[in-house]
Amino acid sequence: MMVVYSLYGVAALLAMAPIAIVLGASPHRAGVATSFVYGGSLIVTLTLATIALLSLSQYSSSVSIVTLPIGLPWLGAHFRIDALAAFFLLVVNLGGAAASLFALGYGQHEHSPQRVLPFYPVYLAAMNLVVMADDAFSFLLSWEFMSLSSWALVIAHHRVNENVKAGYIYLLMAGFGTLALLLGFGLLAGSDGNYAFDAIRTSHSSAALAALVLILALIGAGSKAGVVPLHAWLPLAHPAAPSHVSALMSGVMTKVAVYGFIRIAFDLLGTPDWWWSMVVLSVGGITAVMGVLYALMQHDLKRLLAYHTVENIGIIFIGLGLSLAFKAHGMPVAAALALTAGLFHVFNHSIFKSLLFFGAGAVLNATGERDMEHLGGLIHRMPQTAFAFLVGCVAISALPPLNGFVSEWLTFQAILLSPQLPSWGLKFLVPAVGGLLALSAALAAACFVKAFGVSFLGRPRTPAAAKARETDSNSLAAMFFLAALCLVAGILPGIFLDALAPVGKALVGMSMPHQAGLQWLTIVPVAESRSSYNGLLVFIFVVLSGSIAAFAIHRLASDKLRRAPAWDCGYPDPSPATQYTASSFAQPIRRVYGTSVFRACEIGEMPPPGATAPARLTVQMHDLIWDILYKPIAVGIGYATEKLNVLQFLTIRRYLTLVFTALVLLLLVLAIWP
Amino acid sequence: MALIHDLLFQGAEMLLVLLLAPLLTGFVRKVKARLLRRQGPPLIQPYRDLIRLLRKDVVLAENASWLFRVIPYIVFAGTWVAASLVPTFRSGLLFSWSADLIAIIALLGSARFFLALAGLDVGTSFGGIGSSREVMIASLAEPAMLMIVFTLALIAGSTQLSSMAAFMVSGEAGLRVSLGLALLALIMVAIAENARIPVDNPATHLELTMVHEAMVLEYSGRHLALIDLASELKLLLYVSVIACLFTPWGIAPPSAGASAIGIGVASYVIKLAVGGTLLGLFETAIAKMRVFRVPAFLGVALMFGLLGTLLLFVSRSL
Repeated sequence: MMVVYSLYGVAALLAMAPIAIVLGASPHRAGVATSFVYGGSLIVTLTLATIALLSLSQYSSSVSIVTLPIGLPWLGAHFRIDALAAFFLLVVNLGGAAASLFALGYGQHEHSPQRVLPFYPVYLAAMNLVVMADDAFSFLLSWEFMSLSSWALVIAHHRVNENVKAGYIYLLMAGFGTLALLLGFGLLAGSDGNYAFDAIRTSHSSAALAALVLILALIGAGSKAGVVPLHAWLPLAHPAAPSHVSALMSGVMTKVAVYGFIRIAFDLLGTPDWWWSMVVLSVGGITAVMGVLYALMQHDLKRLLAYHTVENIGIIFIGLGLSLAFKAHGMPVAAALALTAGLFHVFNHSIFKSLLFFGAGAVLNATGERDMEHLGGLIHRMPQTAFAFLVGCVAISALPPLNGFVSEWLTFQAILLSPQLPSWGLKFLVPAVGGLLALSAALAAACFVKAFGVSFLGRPRTPAAAKARETDSNSLAAMFFLAALCLVAGILPGIFLDALAPVGKALVGMSMPHQAGLQWLTIVPVAESRSSYNGLLVFIFVVLSGSIAAFAIHRLASDKLRRAPAWDCGYPDPSPATQYTASSFAQPIRRVYGTSVFRACEIGEMPPPGATAPARLTVQMHDLIWDILYKPIAVGIGYATEKLNVLQFLTIRRYLTLVFTALVLLLLVLAIWP
Repeated sequence: MALIHDLLFQGAEMLLVLLLAPLLTGFVRKVKARLLRRQGPPLIQPYRDLIRLLRKDVVLAENASWLFRVIPYIVFAGTWVAASLVPTFRSGLLFSWSADLIAIIALLGSARFFLALAGLDVGTSFGGIGSSREVMIASLAEPAMLMIVFTLALIAGSTQLSSMAAFMVSGEAGLRVSLGLALLALIMVAIAENARIPVDNPATHLELTMVHEAMVLEYSGRHLALIDLASELKLLLYVSVIACLFTPWGIAPPSAGASAIGIGVASYVIKLAVGGTLLGLFETAIAKMRVFRVPAFLGVALMFGLLGTLLLFVSRSL
């Protein structure tokens, strides 16, 4: 029944699109249209989230299936909600609801609402449909819908040249990804071409075929999720869209892609081979570190966040890879732990990445700037946004007591179980991946010190930043809602882990031990003597000792305060230009890691003594993945089209000759063909 | 009754680390001074400094935000909680299972995160230089520390400090290559994390080479006292962690009586004294290195940690 209700919700979202077109067409009704679309989406997504939560909690009773007589005539459209789908529906709709609430305020500032409003509900509907789809045809169709509607949102502000380029690359990469998935599903369906997931589950494909499907799924779903080296479109496209859509793309759509991968790798393909996990783990580890290193080099706030999504996708894939390894070796308890860690990170990342994009959107609205070098000091003028953004920064940097730490802690615990894995390849790879994960966690903290410190702290670098105003109440409500979720998931993770239990049971045959009954709401992944963590106690402990210290010092020692000019070792400089900027903050890290990864180098030009020319410092960096992987392809295609271009300007005689030769050739082929 | 008993011990532990932390710092300073044939300040000088700072007014930069005023309390609380979760004289503390070693490291990471933000808050170039170098050092020290935790956890089969100490004291661990690598790496990380020579110089000011001190340059009065106390607690924490993992002898088991606890406290103080002396010796014998040599130094620690973990993945007995 649940799936039917959800489909009603999706239908309601789809019905909003034409109304939005009609309403949005006239400029003086734009405000009404905005409130209608986002208000409506908020209500529908909240309902859908409730349905998802209900079906996740009562999963044990039944899986909800429905077949609609649309789509391919002999197949119909199958939809199904099982535990995995219910969890991802929850992620999608919670993110959707928060984005809609945020956009109720943020969307009022949109200067061309008719380019955003009709696509927004379609985009939400498409993501819901991908997760509910139970046959390859509906899955791919919804997937394409999701890509195209988000593409339309990416180029909503099409007058900006950058956005058009971003949209172009996004379209290419989305098409490439779907092609890979299409081939993968084609192989899965086999010679009799049964595209329903039920039929695929029961049929067993050969090992080589299954491996090929896995690689195709990793390429197809991975390119949408943004795994390195298929991430190239993501940092261009995600920031180009309006901020609430950026939040959806980064926080939610990448998770739908992760869902696609889990559905294929854990569910449809049956028992995995052990070496699959090697592929997934290496991809995850490299993605995590590369993502955060790229993020550290950015000074555009939204692009930094987008690159950081790449890192988190890497962490999720590390969890999934570990789970595959354990599953292949018949260690279901550990597999359940790793899978739960990955899925919990899916949830966490969708929360805090949406929160951070909302914050970036609020800043963009208040100052018109995305470039951190033009911001600064916003904590004074936007204190509430700053607070919410800070919560997001702490959470995403995997610091206790917030939620990002819990999922990374669980991943570490899963890594600590892996010496029992028998295969040698994994014995060497897993510690290395553990090192990469630890490195990316530490770099993430550096990255968000930079993001928060440069944009919100210090002195304003431009008049726009100095005149910023606090954002509207709807946007703030959305941000504080997500910030509260970050805290709740961080201090009471047991509830969330228990809610994920049915997913583990369905995919790896086991779930993590039940957490709810434990004393003081501690979480214990394996056994208490082994490891345990209690976010609630740590939080209470820190708050209590901080307050006691503050109280005691103010009562017993001194509570006087005097304002004076900054000290700065006796040489305070009145110009805000002397502050550390985003790029100067990242300079030590660029020097340590960037010289090899980005071939970064600094070139200083000093004019000769006596000359009045300014001295210059130029930093050169190369995106090696772009240079090595993408550029040759682009150059090759450009070269080929250049050569083929001659065909456009031939005389009629030559065209006729061409047609005739082609005909003769084809006939020859037919004649020779056995 | 048992709960109150346990709570009392937890409270005693929190007080003990708080009271001993300045003493350890004073002791290290004294050792260094004596090695240089100076008289040195008295052992209780750090206490006097703290009290003096606590009584003074806070002079706050004009554009400092609310965050700047909250951060000293966050940093202090985070470090204090982390330090009081390490078993010092008695294992099996009431709250020791609320955070394992990974969580303790991460709590210190939280404290550092906020301190680095404080460096950027006023918008001065010294604060920025401190913060950016601090996060650069942390970006190598933290993964190195995690790899050390991995190594130790794989040997002891647990990330809980109490269980790890119990395992180490049982003698099952024996002499292992990985354990030696972990100890070396842990000492290197501890030196870097506590801003000691050769990574940073705790005594320097007005130098472009300073890292930690540059970050907290704008703090004064009670705020500075809290931050100083937090760094003293951090030093104590690292010495305690090393003591608890590599010399776990004397730590009283949870069921121990008064005499065992007495031995526990005495042995803990002796361990701190030995640790402090060694640190003083090391710091006197070595020169500070350039900032961009630090990555190489910490890279070695990271490699040791990784190697230790790898050895344990390959063979349980290495």
